[in-house]
Amino acid sequence: MVAVERYVEAYRAFAANGASGAPAWLRDLRDGGIARFGELGFPTTKQEAWRFTSVTPIIATVFELAHPASRVPTLEAIAPFLFGDGPRLVFIDGCFSPALSWATGLPAGTRVESLAAALTTDPAPIREHLGKYAGFTDRPFAALNTAFVRDGAFVYVPAKVTIAEPIQLLFLAMPPVGGARPVAHPRNLIVIEREARATVVEIYGALGEGVYWTNAVTELAAGDGARADYYRVQRESDRAYHVGVTDVHQGRDTTVNVHAVSLGGALARHDLRGTLAGPGGYLILNGLYVLGGDQHADHHTAIDHAAPHCESHEYFNGVLAGRSRGIFNGRIIVRPGAQKTDSKQTNNNLLLSGEAHADSQPQLEIYADDVKCTHGSTVGPLDPKAMFYLRSRGLDETEARRLLTYGFAAEILNRMDVAPLRAQLDGIVRARLAE
Amino acid sequence: MLEIKGLHVSVAGTEILRGIDLSVRAGEVHAIMGPNGSGKSTLAQVLAGHPAYTVTAGTARYEGKDLLAMKPEERAREGLFLAFQYPVEIRGITNSYFLRSAVNAIRKHRGQEELDPLDFLQVLEDKLKAIGWDDTLMNRPVNEGFSGGEKKRNEILQLAVLEPRLALLDETDSGLDIDALKTVAHAVNKLRAPDRAFVIVTHYQRLLNFITPDVVHVLADGRIVKSGGPDLAHELEAKGYDWLRAGAMVS
Repeated sequence: MVAVERYVEAYRAFAANGASGAPAWLRDLRDGGIARFGELGFPTTKQEAWRFTSVTPIIATVFELAHPASRVPTLEAIAPFLFGDGPRLVFIDGCFSPALSWATGLPAGTRVESLAAALTTDPAPIREHLGKYAGFTDRPFAALNTAFVRDGAFVYVPAKVTIAEPIQLLFLAMPPVGGARPVAHPRNLIVIEREARATVVEIYGALGEGVYWTNAVTELAAGDGARADYYRVQRESDRAYHVGVTDVHQGRDTTVNVHAVSLGGALARHDLRGTLAGPGGYLILNGLYVLGGDQHADHHTAIDHAAPHCESHEYFNGVLAGRSRGIFNGRIIVRPGAQKTDSKQTNNNLLLSGEAHADSQPQLEIYADDVKCTHGSTVGPLDPKAMFYLRSRGLDETEARRLLTYGFAAEILNRMDVAPLRAQLDGIVRARLAE
Repeated sequence: MLEIKGLHVSVAGTEILRGIDLSVRAGEVHAIMGPNGSGKSTLAQVLAGHPAYTVTAGTARYEGKDLLAMKPEERAREGLFLAFQYPVEIRGITNSYFLRSAVNAIRKHRGQEELDPLDFLQVLEDKLKAIGWDDTLMNRPVNEGFSGGEKKRNEILQLAVLEPRLALLDETDSGLDIDALKTVAHAVNKLRAPDRAFVIVTHYQRLLNFITPDVVHVLADGRIVKSGGPDLAHELEAKGYDWLRAGAMVS
């Protein structure tokens, strides 16, 4: 059976069974998703946005929709992915695990719950926001995710409320049983209302080796005057496939800091888009990919300056060893009328082996005249001048190389405010570089 | 401490140094002056072990050891320090982390225990106090976004913390305004010690208004063409380099 057909078939079964109790609007949304996916099919390398990334391994593998977890890991098993005792939602193979989650003592009106549960209690804000930002007209994986919307995280922070502790959203894959090839479509919705503040940390990881596929979508809406700090850490199994779409939508005078770290997966793709829809918005996209072996990671980012007087800074660094390949495509769109836009983008790639490869593509589309937009990118091995400088201070070649390489990653990690998470990632990156 | 004999050095097939003889004893301050392109910076870089230069003839002994056979990091660990003319930016690494790594590399070599961040902070504070500086540069990435003066100050700070036996200053005065120059010179004077030697490479005499050398050498066309006391620097300031250059060709 052709791969696309297989998913359409799976959708029919899904819509008839577990998903049949959903409200009409959600069923319509899902129907729209599968219809569009059927039309688009899987992307090919003939399409510009997928030029460097072939999804053939995903097409060729027969994935089955992951079942609600029959196995629940212990707290001890998931501890390496957690930090602190803040509110958290844990999902095992895409399904919410109440036993491992807790979110109590939050200010009135705040909701940190599974999307499935939230749909049964009070779906109004979900209906208002879900699917509004992660458009799928030209994004087949977002369309497929939308078709299979069932569970994920729902975070709602009411106007003027500040949540000090980071909210952790943890998505873990259990080692597949037998020859199973599960796929999960986590769908997350984060709404930070007017003048509210919150930090959300979304982590994807695995509790063992195995071939599985995560096809995630997160929508984050920041109301006027809100501040959101959003972290996305991808630590999937080395044999896993990970496709993610993140859409951030910002109102007037908002500040959003996005930190995206990609460490795992055999094949990983992340489409990250920020839309500055109201004047006075401020957006930081701070990203890091550390790859080795045969890993392939593709980041497509887009910053859409749709309103005047907004500022965006984008920093993405890649450290590539082995035969790994990193792709960065950074699009900056300045819409007509988005005057006084100030946008800066940098992408630096460090190649640690002759077989590692990086592609860096800035893409500026500017339709306003009174704007400041700059971009810069580098791809190359360690700077010999820096090597000599460090050696002249007493570090041997190995130490100098390690320090410079670590600095590449640390430059990105140092921008993270959540200290325990930063320390955790710092440890992972150091261990990785010591290999 | 440093004994250079008949040193010839080439870079990419072009001979830059054409027979250098130089002897520096502990406690001395030597100034090496000369016009642009005379080979002053090459000499400093070769002594620090820069891999771009090839020594084609001659010897350099440092504290009795064959300096030229040592790797750059071995020279540093044995107490040689080069203050760079163009200090390099190290992204993502703070100055204090960098300095602690360097101090510990040297301590390890000496068989001393490595310093943890707190111990190092104490050492650093003492050093800063000794030269009268604050710690504003310490938590910034190494040289990143530093002004020209800050970069040079940072080199001298490293010198203070690493406590070398032989310090080479490569055009540390270039690009500095008079206040920055005085600050740097003051720190260097504080670091002068009976067991420490300085070799100061400079194009202009003005740094030597604040650091009085024991010996002044003039380098021209890859050779030391004249050596003398501190007065030689003033003579050069007044007369320029051309008279020496012509003399070198005649001899």
